[in-house]
Amino acid sequence: MIEVDIEKRFSRHGDTSGAFSIAATFSSDARIIALFGKSGSGKTTIVNAIAGLVQPDRGTISIDGERLFDSAHGVNRSIESRGIGYVFQEGLLFPHLNVKQNLLYGAKRNGSAALPLAQVVELLGIDSLLSRDAPSLSGGEKQRVAIGRALLSNPRVILMDEPLASLDVARRSEILRLIERVRDELKVRIVYVSHSIGEVSRLADDVVVLNEGRVLACDNTEAVFNRADLRPHTGRYEGGALIEATALHHDTEYFLTTFSFDGGELIAPGIDVPIGSRVRIRIRARDVTLATERPKNISVRNVLEGKVTALESHAGAIVEVRVKMGTRELSARISRQAADEMTLTVGSRVHILIKAIAFDKRSMGLSA
Amino acid sequence: MFSAAEIEIIALSLQVAAASVIVSAPLALACAYVLARSHFIGKSVFDAFVHLPLVLPPVVVGYALLLLFGTQGAIGSVLKDWFGITFAFRWTGAALAAAVMGFPLMVRAMRLSLEAVSPKLESAARTLGASRARVFATITLPLALPGVIVGVLLAFARSLGEFGATITFVSNIPGETQTLPLAIYGLTQTPGSDAAILRLCAISVALSLVALIASEWITRRAQARVQGGAKHSASARP
Repeated sequence: MIEVDIEKRFSRHGDTSGAFSIAATFSSDARIIALFGKSGSGKTTIVNAIAGLVQPDRGTISIDGERLFDSAHGVNRSIESRGIGYVFQEGLLFPHLNVKQNLLYGAKRNGSAALPLAQVVELLGIDSLLSRDAPSLSGGEKQRVAIGRALLSNPRVILMDEPLASLDVARRSEILRLIERVRDELKVRIVYVSHSIGEVSRLADDVVVLNEGRVLACDNTEAVFNRADLRPHTGRYEGGALIEATALHHDTEYFLTTFSFDGGELIAPGIDVPIGSRVRIRIRARDVTLATERPKNISVRNVLEGKVTALESHAGAIVEVRVKMGTRELSARISRQAADEMTLTVGSRVHILIKAIAFDKRSMGLSA
Repeated sequence: MFSAAEIEIIALSLQVAAASVIVSAPLALACAYVLARSHFIGKSVFDAFVHLPLVLPPVVVGYALLLLFGTQGAIGSVLKDWFGITFAFRWTGAALAAAVMGFPLMVRAMRLSLEAVSPKLESAARTLGASRARVFATITLPLALPGVIVGVLLAFARSLGEFGATITFVSNIPGETQTLPLAIYGLTQTPGSDAAILRLCAISVALSLVALIASEWITRRAQARVQGGAKHSASARP
């Protein structure tokens, strides 16, 4: 259980009118907690406070009931005694040490329960890098080593601050897969800072949504991304719904995977997960088409039935329609003209069309 | 090649310079670290005080040392009574004068290299369980080492040439306080010693050049060590 309840004020150049303050309260016992928000929303300040790099003005921080910081009782544990690993955005490997020395730098802490070097090296695929100098590594290699270095220091929690920010797209999905393996195989808890909906919806069990230093929500990932009132913060353009589904079967001829959820079945591009495993699928509102009759002879693979629960009209051309299938809700973003012509109202029965190839494959990941 | 007198002068000069940097280096490193990493009220005053010997007339520094560290001086009398250490008119006094005069140079070079070490690297090390002391020993100091060595070598070269404060504080005693510059000065007072003066001048130039070239070489090598890997990988990739 990670519990944070802190306040901190920053005054910019002594000018109180431009002051920025953080007042954040949340707690979670999820395996991966995401701190999600725009840049400047206070995400990094909060993880820095958990690590002890930033001292809050007031409040408490505890992990599994152990107080790391408590302003009322004068508790402020030193950075090195908190037992918290940190993977920084820039990696921050020690440039004068080679990869192996970097990995083992923190391994002296709590030696007894520490992971063996060989296991971490194998999992992260950095065997061939061990004798290389840190500055000679590429961005993706640096982040692998940085994750390994944090793991080997035997932390209670690992903080990751935008660990993919400096990587290209291909490296990002590699590292995302590694983080999932770290979570599943090494059972390490992670606090993951990101402004990317794709990363957060794929990895996180719980999401803390932050805006201008305030916590807007702290809930499980599905609930947060399906909440209508949070949509301005969880992304207008990228907005959509998150559905947890079970892999039913793989079609090896057409490379498709069928999933079932309690509103029907979904056909998606084949992804490499075992049959029966739970996968989180993100459906962007702009990829969803609505029809009042069941269309025939169309290329769209997924045609589901549902009921309109809400119509939300932004000024202008677009209407956001919430539709319910079984217990699950989806968003569809359609033109206002279409909504009027179809005479959609709350309670209308509609067919929901989603192209199989529209699924954001990179955000699909095994969930808990 | 050298006369016995010349060898005595060179040996004494090297001894004085070496003693001055060995004693002042740890103190300079501490001052440089404080100036590079901490913020406190009066830091600019402290900074100015450290740099004072750079701009004061050397004779003023020499006279101040005489007042403080002379056998009757506030510090000198205590050191003499309690520890039996005397500076006045001894080679140790010459080393002290050289150390004080070279101190700002040493602190400056060390401070610049310490400031170049990212505090974020130090934070990263601490999240890995390292105490402040271990972070300094294993991260900060190794990364700043080139600048630290350059600071020591610059101060060493400066010590070899120290004149004004030395002659004011410990006078010009052959075999005890007569370093190279003092010997040259002594000879200029004696008619017909041009050849001897030129020989000593040549030695002085040679020693200073060696120290400066060594510091340059160490800087280049250290830069290659830290950045070389990055350059190597950049060129290895298409």
